[in-house]
Amino acid sequence: MTAMIQTLLLVVGLAYSAVSFATIDAYPFDDNAKENQFRELINELRCPKCQNQTISDSDAGLAKDLKDKTYEMVQQGATKDQVIDYMVQRYGNFVHYQPPVQQTTWVLWFGPFVFLAVALLAVVLVIRKKQPAKAQPQLSETEQQRLQQLLKKDDSPS
Amino acid sequence: MKKQLFLLLPLLAFLAVGVFFYSALFSDPRELESALVGKPVPEFELPNLLEPNQTVSQQAFGDGPYLLNVWATWCPTCRAEHEYLNTLAAQGVKIIGLNYKDEPAKARMWLAQLGDPYVLNVMDYEGTLAIDLGVYGAPETFIVDSNGMILYRHVGDVNARVWQAKLADIYRQAGGL
Repeated sequence: MTAMIQTLLLVVGLAYSAVSFATIDAYPFDDNAKENQFRELINELRCPKCQNQTISDSDAGLAKDLKDKTYEMVQQGATKDQVIDYMVQRYGNFVHYQPPVQQTTWVLWFGPFVFLAVALLAVVLVIRKKQPAKAQPQLSETEQQRLQQLLKKDDSPS
Repeated sequence: MKKQLFLLLPLLAFLAVGVFFYSALFSDPRELESALVGKPVPEFELPNLLEPNQTVSQQAFGDGPYLLNVWATWCPTCRAEHEYLNTLAAQGVKIIGLNYKDEPAKARMWLAQLGDPYVLNVMDYEGTLAIDLGVYGAPETFIVDSNGMILYRHVGDVNARVWQAKLADIYRQAGGL
């Protein structure tokens, strides 16, 4: 079993390294920092043509053009923000996988917390309502006596 | 009474979500709004498709309003819309072509065979102007006003339905036809 998992991990690891080498190889860098920045960018920028792929994942022609452009800008010393701004100015916020916090994205950013708050409130309300029902109903004096009688009756041999 | 209303809440929530997802069924996620609406056509200097020795910039587009149509011979939908572009041109709509990452020889042949609705065709072999325009496919059609400002971007083919429903009004309001 362990051997199987190890093999699996090895295969996954090899596949992954092959992919990342393939994307980087076509774009040679002398500077490690720039290479890291480039790698970060192409994994954060979304291909407008292919919707749910980064430009690093996508094989579309446009993704290659955008990678080339990113490479060119990074090589010329552009900061990460400058490259992202460049892309957003042309393709809109869609092109970046980290949408900015603004009025149109409030639902996206804060919606989950609102849902969580509503759910917690509902849980609290339900629990509070149920508690009194759980308490043992008190028996009146006559009921107590009757209870004792019944218990005694049960004890006596039949 | 109050409690009964409270019981309706889940149903209401379900209906709201239902309406949201139902409407999403009919929206096309590929139709992105252009980031360039309200901005001028980007500056460029590219060869004229029909006279490759001549370099043109946006000044060569002349007065608007006009349609800026992104097309290529490798794009089947462009072929589908070409006939309708010919019709529009015959009606007096000014159309400028942006030949996007295409073989110039093929593009010239296409125009010779299928008719040329374009006042001018810019040859964007590398796709640089296309990137500046935020083009992510072909065909795309921009409506540009008389000040060189982009009013609207349509993704996909221009046909009679799209023209009547959306583009014609914007083009007329900009002073065309």
